[in-house]
Amino acid sequence: MRLINRHPGIVLRAALVALPFVALFIAYALGSQARLAVNPSDKLMPAPSKIAETAVRLLTEPDRRSEKILFWYDTWASLVRLTLGVGISAVLAVILGLLIGLLPYVRATLAGFVAVVSMIPPLAVLPILFIVFGLGELSKVVLIIVGILPFLIRDLSARVLEIPREMIVKAETLGASSWVIALRVALPQLMPRLIQAVRLSLGPAWLFLIAAEAIASEQGLGYRIFLVRRFLAMDVILTYVIWITLLAFVMDMILRGISRRFFPWTEASL
Amino acid sequence: MSFVTATNIFQSYGRRPILERVNLSVEEGEFVSIVGASGCGKSTFLRLLLAQETPTRGEIRIDGAEPAREPGLDRGVVFQRYSVFPHLSVLENVVAGESFRRPWGRFIGAEKRAARDRAMQVLARCGLEHMAAAYPAALSGGMQQRLAIGQALAAKPRILLLDEPFGALDPGTRLQMHDFLMDLRAETGMTVFMVTHDLEEGFKLGDRVLVFDKPRWDLTDPDIIGATITYDFDARDGGIPFQTIKEDTHVFRPN
Repeated sequence: MRLINRHPGIVLRAALVALPFVALFIAYALGSQARLAVNPSDKLMPAPSKIAETAVRLLTEPDRRSEKILFWYDTWASLVRLTLGVGISAVLAVILGLLIGLLPYVRATLAGFVAVVSMIPPLAVLPILFIVFGLGELSKVVLIIVGILPFLIRDLSARVLEIPREMIVKAETLGASSWVIALRVALPQLMPRLIQAVRLSLGPAWLFLIAAEAIASEQGLGYRIFLVRRFLAMDVILTYVIWITLLAFVMDMILRGISRRFFPWTEASL
Repeated sequence: MSFVTATNIFQSYGRRPILERVNLSVEEGEFVSIVGASGCGKSTFLRLLLAQETPTRGEIRIDGAEPAREPGLDRGVVFQRYSVFPHLSVLENVVAGESFRRPWGRFIGAEKRAARDRAMQVLARCGLEHMAAAYPAALSGGMQQRLAIGQALAAKPRILLLDEPFGALDPGTRLQMHDFLMDLRAETGMTVFMVTHDLEEGFKLGDRVLVFDKPRWDLTDPDIIGATITYDFDARDGGIPFQTIKEDTHVFRPN
């Protein structure tokens, strides 16, 4: 039997899913053990038990000076920024994507412009954002928007253009105005694709968030990581990295769930 | 005065003529089949009838009205594919036939209930009552086309345009669709234009069969000449409209 036709059973499949995670953990544990054996005060690869200890401390014990549990405080600050940035981008992208995809006049005006703007490296304009919007929350949210909005607009307008011409013509013969076509034909078909696009842009969004927090901030997950870097506190950094990964993964799962729950018509036929 | 008139239609894309000198007049209630080889301009002519494109020269009028510049309520259409909205349930698809002309594209309250009742009647007529809540993706090809026809008729168009509507269906389903369409037409008396590449289908369903082809063939540059209507058959009574055979002739005649 060919390899392409062989499928693992349920148990083996679960084992295979777990395999790379377990392998990574074991490799880290062995490396850490080897380094600690040579130098017990090594800070680069703290033992897994040490990381777990640190994680418990970070999650439960308040900071002595500010009386706050900084971990949750950071998480909240970062999530607010991320949600605002991604949410505003998504809303703008849907509106502009529909306009560019449906209206030839807007397409002629904006499509080329968006294509050029999307080539600007967002981090290169970060200093401008700090100068214009100050060091507060606004500049971080704007960086996320600058970073992912052009991609979202290009993706969504392309999706609108992919709607078969026949379907638009059919709506026209039913007497639909441009507005009704946008609202009742294009928008509903765009929503599942929006979720797809947002899922894809979550990675870059986190990147820009952490970059902005690393450079100028007073709280946030990225800020904390770059702060404790000075003390080589690998246990704290790794805890935060694992937490960020988990958050990103859960967000992705939620978006996928929304897509399945609310857009049942996208499921394959029969 | 005939219902649909096409006068001296020319259509070219760039410098390449597709149609030339097409003249046609159709009475209200006629079923016109349009046949021809691939690339002979029959689909182009349907798009002109639909007002999806405007002809380079000439004009098409329905009931003497000004030539349309874009598709509208007076023209209903069913394409080979993509004729129903995948994000609306079967029932909502039919309701859309009435509600899309509204400013917000939807009905509310009592109007909505009334529209739903009417839509259920349309669905019953199309044999899709049991699928009202399903999405089109769950329908077979024949059911989707029945839905598309029901949806187009719910908007009460003046003429119905069919672009190879049964082209993607299997032969058995296609025969069922023929019966469905003929019954529906007998009820509504709708003026229908149907593009098909199936001659038998064209003759079976149509009152008239138009053949699109190039009238001349330029050997040095075949593309220089556009297509026109080269034959206009009267297809009533199985193609023998003016004589009724009384006796049983034992000659095989497909109906």
